[in-house]
Amino acid sequence: MNGLRRGRGSVDRDILGTLDRESVMGKAFAVILVVVALLSAVPVVLHTWTQPVDISTHGHLIDDQMADTMIEAGCAFLAAQILLGILVWKFSNRGPDAKITSFPGGARGLVIAAFVFVGTEVLALGILGQKAWAQIYFTAPAANALPIQVQAGQFAFYFRYPGPDGTFGPTYPAKIDEGNQNFFGLDPDHDAASKDDVVAAELAVPVNREVHLFLHAKDVGHSFYVRELRIQQDFVPGLDLSLHFTATRVGRYEIVCTQLCGLGHYNMKAYLEVMAQDDFDKWMKQEVAMQ
Amino acid sequence: MQTQYRYKFAALFSAAALVVFSLAVLRPRVQAAPPSGGGISGTIKLDGTPPHQKPIDMSKEPSCAAEHKDKPITTEGVVVGASGGLANVVLYISQGLNGSETATVPPEVASITQKGCQYLPHVVVLDAGQHMKVVNSDQTSHNIHPQPTKNPEWNKSQPQGAPAFDVTWANEEVAVPVKCNIHPWMHGYVAVVKGPYAISDDTGSYSLNVPPGAYTITAWQETYGSQTQNVTVSAGKPATANFTFKAK
Repeated sequence: MNGLRRGRGSVDRDILGTLDRESVMGKAFAVILVVVALLSAVPVVLHTWTQPVDISTHGHLIDDQMADTMIEAGCAFLAAQILLGILVWKFSNRGPDAKITSFPGGARGLVIAAFVFVGTEVLALGILGQKAWAQIYFTAPAANALPIQVQAGQFAFYFRYPGPDGTFGPTYPAKIDEGNQNFFGLDPDHDAASKDDVVAAELAVPVNREVHLFLHAKDVGHSFYVRELRIQQDFVPGLDLSLHFTATRVGRYEIVCTQLCGLGHYNMKAYLEVMAQDDFDKWMKQEVAMQ
Repeated sequence: MQTQYRYKFAALFSAAALVVFSLAVLRPRVQAAPPSGGGISGTIKLDGTPPHQKPIDMSKEPSCAAEHKDKPITTEGVVVGASGGLANVVLYISQGLNGSETATVPPEVASITQKGCQYLPHVVVLDAGQHMKVVNSDQTSHNIHPQPTKNPEWNKSQPQGAPAFDVTWANEEVAVPVKCNIHPWMHGYVAVVKGPYAISDDTGSYSLNVPPGAYTITAWQETYGSQTQNVTVSAGKPATANFTFKAK
């Protein structure tokens, strides 16, 4: 290779060019870059790693949005990498005194083009995706949705069902006594509405029935995340947050806390049990007996 | 001094020094020997129906839930044995002990164990200054957090497999509630007293060892509070003090 080295400033610049080290390195870089970019797209295109099963009625909107994003961003990514590879290959043997070609329009043109292109892409994803978010947050729950209160505290979730009277009794933070299982601070001796409230450590819901969750935090920030439901909602201390969903498949799913809340955050979880209506009624009877 | 007087002087001086030294060293040991004869014993009973104890759901911690799947556990606010005996009642002498008796600290090490996501025993009683070791026998981390009002507050993490650590309590306090910062349902008590103490068993029985004298004995239960009785213990004649708590 050294024997074929030509001096710098030589005029010959055909596509295979000189075989000096810099030129070879440039071409090798271009090839590796494009190969890596294409390889990275393979598992995405082949769906090598699939999403967890979708058990909710709104989950498909989120999954579709995810797929749209992957396609748009993936195509833009591959286009950019392949273009970079081509340009590096083409100019791999450029000498130090070669004239630098400007992008049509100059630097300003380049910036405007990037702005327009990337901006359109992001805006498109946002506009197309707002339907997914709005469906969950801007629609009211059905009138006969099952209300369940969720309290997140360091480091467990507890759930309260209103009982046959359909009303949640009042809570008093000063009456919270976890050692005696009074997690919500209820006073059933003095409040009639609290007498039939059912407090449980797992979230049981009937399948195909809309559920209306009322979320509040006992102490610091937490988050309610069930990946199969495609629901993730932060608990903000001081706010009472509302969430509704319908689960479509029977099973046991994990609810994990996804907002760092202290030294027990790694261990903070509960279980969502989606059951047939009969099983749910049986479960409720058992829980009432345990209050 | 002449040599013969020197030897006599040395012998007499050594003998005198030996006698004085023995008296000085041996005296406290004689005093520290446990008193013979005398004591207080009795039974604690609950009058009425105990309040309903709630089952504990440990599904958040599967390794602990698995330990209790055959025998579900409940809260332990009131634990009553078959014959109406009240367990986990702390007994101690609140009046009548002299300075050296209250200052004596047993060398035994008390212990509290985190097992199956519960504190075992549910109530620990020990003297101020006595050592207590905290053990984690579970497949999960715990963070023990006593909440005293008369002692400094502290909490300490013990990951799975961590060694036991030692604590002492400086001041009397009946009793210090103990919770776990990671598992909200865990609940226990540490009662820090001075002098002899006892805790009632499943049948409600206890016995305390005290030298003869006139005392006030106090019984404390976590839900029903304290009751006291005056007892006189004579040499060789143990006294009895029974307590009855009324269920509300």
